[in-house]
Amino acid sequence: MSTTAPPARRKDLLDIESLTREEIVFLLDTARPFKDLFDRSVKKVPALRGKTVLNLFFEPSTRTRASFEIAAKRLSADVTNLAITQSSVTKGESILDTVDTMQSMKVDYMVVRHAAAGVPAFIARHTPAAVINAGDGNHAHPTQALLDAFTMREAVGELDGRRILLVGDLLHSRVFRSVSTVARKLDMDVGIFAPTTLIPSGRPDYMQAFSTFDEALEWSPDFVYLLRLQRERQAAHFFPSLREYHHVFGLTRERFLECRRRGIRIMHPGPVNRGVELVDEVLTYEHCLINRQVENGIAARMAVLYWLQPAVTPLPDEKEEFAS
Amino acid sequence: MSETGETSLLAAPDIRHKIERIAAQIVEAHPDRPLALVGIHTRGAVLCRRVYDILRARGRDTAFGTLDIALYRDDLDNLGTIPSIRGSDLPFPVEGAHIILFDDVLFTGRTIRAALDELVDYGRPARIELAVLVDRGHRELPIAPDYLGQSMSTARHDHVRVCFTETDGREGVFLTRSAPQP
Repeated sequence: MSTTAPPARRKDLLDIESLTREEIVFLLDTARPFKDLFDRSVKKVPALRGKTVLNLFFEPSTRTRASFEIAAKRLSADVTNLAITQSSVTKGESILDTVDTMQSMKVDYMVVRHAAAGVPAFIARHTPAAVINAGDGNHAHPTQALLDAFTMREAVGELDGRRILLVGDLLHSRVFRSVSTVARKLDMDVGIFAPTTLIPSGRPDYMQAFSTFDEALEWSPDFVYLLRLQRERQAAHFFPSLREYHHVFGLTRERFLECRRRGIRIMHPGPVNRGVELVDEVLTYEHCLINRQVENGIAARMAVLYWLQPAVTPLPDEKEEFAS
Repeated sequence: MSETGETSLLAAPDIRHKIERIAAQIVEAHPDRPLALVGIHTRGAVLCRRVYDILRARGRDTAFGTLDIALYRDDLDNLGTIPSIRGSDLPFPVEGAHIILFDDVLFTGRTIRAALDELVDYGRPARIELAVLVDRGHRELPIAPDYLGQSMSTARHDHVRVCFTETDGREGVFLTRSAPQP
């Protein structure tokens, strides 16, 4: 139970970077009682009754979209899913047109996923609806980071001074950006281990880089977070083969046994590429948190929907912008 | 808003007396039935706990739970700061239970409405009754207490505050008169 006053509500959740530690802790504290609701006979509460949540997905997603849909429904909101594949229309026009149309339908919350970084922020500036970034390019995936922080807290308690090792494709990963940021804001130590070709330039100093997996495990992380190898995002060749990747950067059987010996918790944002990021037996390991992450995603997203507050009416200058 | 100071309505001995009377009335109304006492966060839970302790001391088969009605409020839209959620704790089957709901002050009745909605989401109780320490009037819903400590006539804009040692470090019921909002 938090003793401090709740932070003021925001209209949008676009990234972790702009959240304060207090806001993050409030959302994590709030997610806890939401999770308790799942054991009730009626899993819904009426907090968002009469509100409409639009899932606006410009990029395919099943898990995240379903998670947002269940979260919204458990808050008694009405949910509409809109999956938009890229059309021949130029991006800028099509997005604004879409938002304009949605605005006429008076939606209260928009959950936005797009392959281009910055689109949710762009939409947020043009709608009174509360906008939640559900993943934009390689920029941010804030609700993933919140559910991961919630899962870590659930596993070990307070996170200050705990260590998280992020492994894999850092370059293409919005999950990496959001999770490392949330870890930093919660005063965790962040380690990384990745192919040099998949480490973003401009990596902050607080991250400790390792050159081998063994060296990284010697650092004694509390959590090993395996990032998904984003095969669909890799036009260029960043490493020789999947087998090679698994051999060097994957959680092989030997490394898994070492993790188990040390009681290290294993995390992955899903979906898992079996035999690439990790071997199958990890999934039945007692400290494998992957399924817990999925379950907690609903509670974390409920907390976000509960906290955000749509603007009452569009500002006059925004209305003009729509007309132009 | 101009305030003209705080008037004491009930002192510590009065509160103790009222709570003992509520407990006695509950025992009288339910001589042998198992009861579930449920207090609304925060001070309703304190009131509930005290009555629970009295009933337990008399050897009554009684359960104790707390209810956080934040998610059932009908005014969430308008709140610039969202309430913290502490969660509800009902460690007994609500289905078929005889529940007595506790709150410190009964005012518009909206809190009780929210609590009733939440309770029935846990199951179908056989019966729900209501116990409050203070009824200050100005109801906006058809809700009345079954067990009442004290009824008071107040103006709509007054503030009635119940303070318990457990939550406020002092004991008493206080009235603060405020000028009507323009």
